[in-house]
Amino acid sequence: MNPDLVKMIFGRLNLEALPLHEPILVGTFAVVATGGLALFAIVTYFRLWTYLWREWFTTVDHKRIGIMYMILGIVMLLRGFADALMMRLQQAIAFNGSDGYLPAHHYDQVFTAHGVIMIFFVAMPLVTGLMNYVVPLQIGARDVSFPFLNNFSFWMTVGGAVLVMMSLFVGEFARTGWLAYPPLSNIGYSPDVGVDYYIWGLQVAGVGTTLSGINLVCTIVKLRAPGMTMMKMPVFTWTSLCTNVLIVASFPVLTAVLALLSLDRYVGTNFFTNDFGGNPMMYVNLIWIWGHPEVYILVLPAFGIFSEVTATFSGKRLFGYTSMVYATVVITILSYLVWLHHFFTMGSGASVNSFFGITTMIISIPTGAKMFNWLFTMYRGRIRFELPMMWTVAFMLTFVIGGMTGVLLAVPPADFVLHNSLFLIAHFHNVIIGGVLFGLFAGINYWFPKAFGFRLDPFWGKLSFWFWVSGFYFAFMPLYVLGLMGVTRRLRVFDDPSLQIWFVIAAFGAFLILLGIGAMLMQFAVSILRREQLKDTTGDPWNARTLEWATSSPPPDYNFAFTPVVYDNDAWWDMKRRGYKRPLGGFKPIHMPSNTGTGIILAGFATVMGFALIWYIWWLAAVSFVALLAVAIGHTFNYHRDFHIPADEVVRTEDARTRVLAAGAQT
Amino acid sequence: MKLLALLPFAALLGGCDFVVLAPAGDIAAQQRDLVVISTVLMLIIVLPVMALTIFFAWRYRQSNTQAPYEPDWDHSTQLELVIWSAPLLIIICLGALTWMGTHLLDPYRSLGRIAADKPIESKDAPLNVEVVALDWKWLFIYPDYGVAAVNELAAPVDRPIRFRITASSVMNSFYIPALAGQIYAMPGMETKLHAVANKPGTFRGFSANYSGAGFSGMHFEFKSLSNADFDKWIATAKASSNMLGRTDYLQLERPSENDPVRLYRSVDRDLYKAILNMCVEPGKMCMSEMMAIDAKGGLGREGFNNTLPLTYDKYARRGAPLGSEPTFVAGICSMDEIKDAPSREVTAPLDLTPLRGFGLKRPPFSPAHPSSTSLLLGQRPKSES
Repeated sequence: MNPDLVKMIFGRLNLEALPLHEPILVGTFAVVATGGLALFAIVTYFRLWTYLWREWFTTVDHKRIGIMYMILGIVMLLRGFADALMMRLQQAIAFNGSDGYLPAHHYDQVFTAHGVIMIFFVAMPLVTGLMNYVVPLQIGARDVSFPFLNNFSFWMTVGGAVLVMMSLFVGEFARTGWLAYPPLSNIGYSPDVGVDYYIWGLQVAGVGTTLSGINLVCTIVKLRAPGMTMMKMPVFTWTSLCTNVLIVASFPVLTAVLALLSLDRYVGTNFFTNDFGGNPMMYVNLIWIWGHPEVYILVLPAFGIFSEVTATFSGKRLFGYTSMVYATVVITILSYLVWLHHFFTMGSGASVNSFFGITTMIISIPTGAKMFNWLFTMYRGRIRFELPMMWTVAFMLTFVIGGMTGVLLAVPPADFVLHNSLFLIAHFHNVIIGGVLFGLFAGINYWFPKAFGFRLDPFWGKLSFWFWVSGFYFAFMPLYVLGLMGVTRRLRVFDDPSLQIWFVIAAFGAFLILLGIGAMLMQFAVSILRREQLKDTTGDPWNARTLEWATSSPPPDYNFAFTPVVYDNDAWWDMKRRGYKRPLGGFKPIHMPSNTGTGIILAGFATVMGFALIWYIWWLAAVSFVALLAVAIGHTFNYHRDFHIPADEVVRTEDARTRVLAAGAQT
Repeated sequence: MKLLALLPFAALLGGCDFVVLAPAGDIAAQQRDLVVISTVLMLIIVLPVMALTIFFAWRYRQSNTQAPYEPDWDHSTQLELVIWSAPLLIIICLGALTWMGTHLLDPYRSLGRIAADKPIESKDAPLNVEVVALDWKWLFIYPDYGVAAVNELAAPVDRPIRFRITASSVMNSFYIPALAGQIYAMPGMETKLHAVANKPGTFRGFSANYSGAGFSGMHFEFKSLSNADFDKWIATAKASSNMLGRTDYLQLERPSENDPVRLYRSVDRDLYKAILNMCVEPGKMCMSEMMAIDAKGGLGREGFNNTLPLTYDKYARRGAPLGSEPTFVAGICSMDEIKDAPSREVTAPLDLTPLRGFGLKRPPFSPAHPSSTSLLLGQRPKSES
């Protein structure tokens, strides 16, 4: 066939893009394909496609979207962790002249993909998923402000994840590090599709994140139950509000900076090139203006979870609610004033470096105050060491170490000797695993019974807990040591044999974490099998304090038959104490949003467009863009956007709950 | 539990070379002091928090019914004052320390002393070293001696060193842990570093910022030598047969991995300046010239036309798929340059080399076709496919 025609149809996509020469990838592909086929067969065999499409893919229910976010995050965790294992293995064996088992071309993609996936497609979906699930329930709302937008946001996030995953088998991923600093990421030094996968994966997912941020800010500002003033909001809702404000204010910066980079790569502009007045360091500044708030986007909700969990399992009001709220807000604001601490070594001058060093340290004051607030919530409490509380205590002990090394890195002269070293790697894994991930695990164990009506199995949960916590220490304490020995990050081979033992210990730690993840998956499986024994009929298995526990588990589609009225910041605790009686009659039809497939279709077109742009298949990019606009405009003519749940159905649902509660009370 | 887990490692720690904590240069030693002092300052608050966490978790466990239980106690002004002011006090101390330390240890600042007990003397004229991060090796130029070295850096003990640092293509970070903290090496930009070595020895230096496929091999030996040994080292360099002119540099800067040490007996005088201003290639306008023109108001509309089609850029550049063909700003300053300017015949842009699939070999970094190594303008390199 005419090569020009082939190029026109397929862009730069050709058979060489398939990694048939790479045994590791062929093997991975075989496993993934078999698993995928099996899943497809099962779903088809049980005729679940219609169910999945109607009840899940097209749903606008914040609870189901939240659950889908969590599933996405956990699936991507497996991929991101596989990358981590590969890196640990490579670094543990690439000594004494051995080149390890990964060539640079592969290894450099692995560490880039690990960072990108863990931040954007593990931590973000898990955080967003929990906020999506919990916030509307916590503020006594029926759903988020814009339910359709919520569905669309989720599918855009999936679209980004699909693009990143696709790079594994079609073409390659970026070899630039997770922030793709130019000039390395410019077309001159990364002419392949890797950086384009990076750009479009993040752009597609970024749209979802930004819209979901707007959605949740609106929800929290506008949909709170009567009586819930700002200073009566649960702390998790407060941290979610701050996080989403951060998302709305910082993700556009990421979108803009990636757009500038793609202009450089696609149309030959010179924003970040070496020549023609381009300035790569501008990219570094801009990306960290997004990147630092991103850290707080992840950790603030985790702080919120710890606040809920500590109060609940200590059986006590949260100590210092007001200072907790102000600490959160102060962190939110300060997180915009510290970005330069990621590159003190650029040579910005002593005064600039000191300014950003000191602002960074100031953040530790509200964070420290939070730590003390949790401590004094435990003080004179009755602490039940259920899984969420165990994760919280592990967090408190681990996070202070990460916080300490973080402040250390904020001292510019100290940063000059530790920047980009494995000490830095240990530090940020210490705060992201010890802070964000432990928080998410606490949250998952805490809210799982709310979402599914049964608890998670404590045995496998505890096993997972101990593997994770000990694995974390084994994996990352050696990296602190290596950092002090002057070992830098992203190295593929080493020639100092005395370092090897530390990498072997770190690899052992990673193996323990693998067991931790395995135990966690077992925990889910066992809990589903033992769901009858683990069943919770009360809707409030932990004797908790906030509104989400006032409704049934799982909550009905409409969350609350009557919008609750709030008098206290521990609204449900206050209701229980005042002898709250569930209303048993007088139900009215409930106005609800209808499901729609528009979100998944739009996101599908966006993903196709991303793929086409990555491979220079211009006609496909144009077609999918036009289709995207057409579907979006078409959707504005959809007048079947809402319906009413009839009163008698509400009566049936509520009566069923009444019977369950009565049966529970008797036993 | 955590401490117990760490115990077996304590034995291991003895055998390690904590170069960051036991450096050989005064600057790195002062940076180490800051690391230690800050850590101790923070431990003042971190240790009690950890101890209290464990103590509270134990004492107020559910099964301990002896402990008081106050479910509604949620505020105490005194406690709140303490928990905000204690971290604040620590941060005030640390902030003051940071402000002073950052200014005193500013890499751009000339040294104030040779070592803690050794003031600087007028005879200690600093040694100038120009550092260029290349793909994937280091070039050190000694302008005072007219010699240069690849992947080896030597300096006399107790003599201040003044580094001027840049890069040829992508960003790196110049770091010798035993000597001083790191600073980025960036193309088209110059960073500076002042340092001094106080002990003789051989130390490791490397790039601390990932820069591509050959990054792992991008390290060099820093030799801290006595004055006599340093003179010997310079003499060895002078005795080598290599010379580093512009053409040699253009050859040298092409990507290569794990390069052996190479010494050069002479170096083009203006080479570093040309590298920094990205005009080593003949006919290209230096950034300094461009900035001088722009500072005077620019060339106006004519400036747009002062470009030539680029048939190369470093080693890999291909144009953006939708953009115009790559160009560069032509030098216009001297008659010599006009004479040397390449022919203006427009050459076709490089073919897009076929996309390298995932499992395919990395492109060879040593020139595969000798004929394509000529980087002079006007000659179209053959594509390496």
